[in-house]
Amino acid sequence: MMSLDKFTPAWVKRIGLVTVFGLFAAGIVFWGGFNWALEATNKESFCISCHEMEENVFREYQNTVHYTNRTGVRATCPDCHVPKEWGPKMIRKIQASNEVLHKILGTIDTPEKFNAKRAQLAQNEWKRMKANDSQECRNCHRYDYMDYTEQGNRAAKQHPQAFTEGKTCIDCHKGIAHQLPAIDQHIGKQNDGAVAITHGEKPAEPAKEEEKPAAK
Amino acid sequence: MRLITALALAAGMLLGGVGVSAQELRVNEIGIESIEGSAKVDMFRPEKEQAVIPRNFQKQPPLIPHGIKGYNITQNFNKCMDCHSKERAEETGATKVAKSHYLDREDKKQSNISPRRYFCMQCHVPQFDAKPLVANTYKPAAKKGE
Repeated sequence: MMSLDKFTPAWVKRIGLVTVFGLFAAGIVFWGGFNWALEATNKESFCISCHEMEENVFREYQNTVHYTNRTGVRATCPDCHVPKEWGPKMIRKIQASNEVLHKILGTIDTPEKFNAKRAQLAQNEWKRMKANDSQECRNCHRYDYMDYTEQGNRAAKQHPQAFTEGKTCIDCHKGIAHQLPAIDQHIGKQNDGAVAITHGEKPAEPAKEEEKPAAK
Repeated sequence: MRLITALALAAGMLLGGVGVSAQELRVNEIGIESIEGSAKVDMFRPEKEQAVIPRNFQKQPPLIPHGIKGYNITQNFNKCMDCHSKERAEETGATKVAKSHYLDREDKKQSNISPRRYFCMQCHVPQFDAKPLVANTYKPAAKKGE
């Protein structure tokens, strides 16, 4: 046992080998607990425990292909809204504390309030996805794995074209899981001056309020 | 959760039972024979993308030669116009909205799409090789100069 003693660092000798193992075990327990708590906030049931989500976006999502489909594969809230990698996930979770604040303030606690904020909320999410090259989409939908011959005519034509132009999923696929806010499509007075969406042609820009004169 | 599932199942069975009995009778509450089930096409299985079916008569609203699942037209956003609008058609290669869609009911030209034309699927439907439910001898009128 003397030989082992030689290799033992001084700080271990000072606090004792048992304490060292104890601390190590405690570390595992704490890390496990932290991770468990973090994952608990990463479940659909957690997301919709807040009625802001349950009554608005969750109901809309239930009508879409990411909720109900032929094969029974489902993408739940965190699959699209929380990054999978540890770093970005932590950043997103810290940002989410702002959402807790607004939950307490009741900023969007009725469908009316939610819809009034919908444009802003949607743009936040589009901006996030544009910035990370639609990482959450690509966790499942890798475009280098796509078989264009299996796609419809329009998709088979548009996808390679868009990827060559350096576009990312969210550029075109907006409002696929939730309803869109009012969008100015330049097809009448209805939504004149509302959010204008690009399809990735120009660098992503937040919608400007003063776009009316240019848009006929 | 389990209770909800059980309730849903029970409701489903109940409704299913009602549906079956109605179909056997083929007569609905007001005494009219139901054509449900006798249709020669399966309405719930739209055909996959296929070549454009030619129009049957002049000025027939063209059929939609692609799937439209999940394409919603709401006050906020018109999914069809995401490709078919005057602005977007060239880039997407979609058919441009026809000029007739800019006329209001007095035939006055509007600067943009007339509100009465906003709901595309009122007139345009996905193409489908649907057999007529009732035999008929319909023929389109001859084209001008024929």
